[in-house]
Amino acid sequence: MELNDFLKKFASVFEETPIEKFSGDTKYMEMEEWGSLVALSVIAMVDDEYEVELQGDDIRNSNTINDLFEIIKSRL
Amino acid sequence: MYNPFSLKTKKILITGASSGIGQATAIECSKMGATVIITGRNKKRLNETFNKLEGDGHAQIVFDFENISGINDFINLIPCINGVVHCAGINDLTPFPFVNEKKLNKIFSTNFFTPVLITKEILKEKKLLKGGSVVFISSVSGPICSCSAGGLYSSTKGAIHGMAKGMALDLAVKKIRVNTVQPGNINTNIFKDGQLSKEQLQEDIKKYPLKRHGEPEEVAYAIIYLLSDASCWVTGSNLLIDGGFTLQ
Repeated sequence: MELNDFLKKFASVFEETPIEKFSGDTKYMEMEEWGSLVALSVIAMVDDEYEVELQGDDIRNSNTINDLFEIIKSRL
Repeated sequence: MYNPFSLKTKKILITGASSGIGQATAIECSKMGATVIITGRNKKRLNETFNKLEGDGHAQIVFDFENISGINDFINLIPCINGVVHCAGINDLTPFPFVNEKKLNKIFSTNFFTPVLITKEILKEKKLLKGGSVVFISSVSGPICSCSAGGLYSSTKGAIHGMAKGMALDLAVKKIRVNTVQPGNINTNIFKDGQLSKEQLQEDIKKYPLKRHGEPEEVAYAIIYLLSDASCWVTGSNLLIDGGFTLQ
């Protein structure tokens, strides 16, 4: 599982934020577009693409996209 | 003592009785004098429900309906009953772009196919007595409204809502009544996997004129009415238990 690929998939869940804004250090909960629907979309995307189940707490207790990347990798 | 809502002498089957609305319904029915047969997947929590029941003669059956073909086996385990309450249900908050066949199959299986087919088999084996009562848990979600990422759940409740009406017509000849309760957001484990945060639930509470979510007992009381002889002229109806949510 590769970070760049994950960043693309993560960004695809957002409607209005350009892909350049996404990096491993991005604090996703501070993004303007972030909200409950986007959070649920991330959970659904991760289940679809990696067959890993993220819980709401995983999203709320992590900070950066890289944090989520590491959680998913550990559950593959 | 005069009590038109008494469930004395009635045997009631309650699915999903390990937690939430099912657990509260089982306990309250037992307090109203019913003999209850409770079923659920979780042995430990089902037993907790069983230990809280009042009176005796009750039964508990640990059963996982994930395999729908198991329904026939289950029906052989139950006696003749006067009522059935289908409380087993799941949610799956999924933004529509991520809805897929697997998710649809899973939620429809638990929330729609299983309760409908259990009822059918109970009738086929002539285990629901004349004058009996079938209660489904519908929701405000589905027949009236939905919510963000709520399409999967809404669609199953819309389906149950519709099926209950058709069933009510077909079973009237047997004097069997079919009704639903339509709860708003109730304090149960349905969101225990953290799909909604505490903050989101607090925000949601503000939408309720009565300024709180409902308690499982408050749904159980409506179910008791529908199971009792007091509602013997009530069929195809839906009791709204929503704290005023759908008024606005």
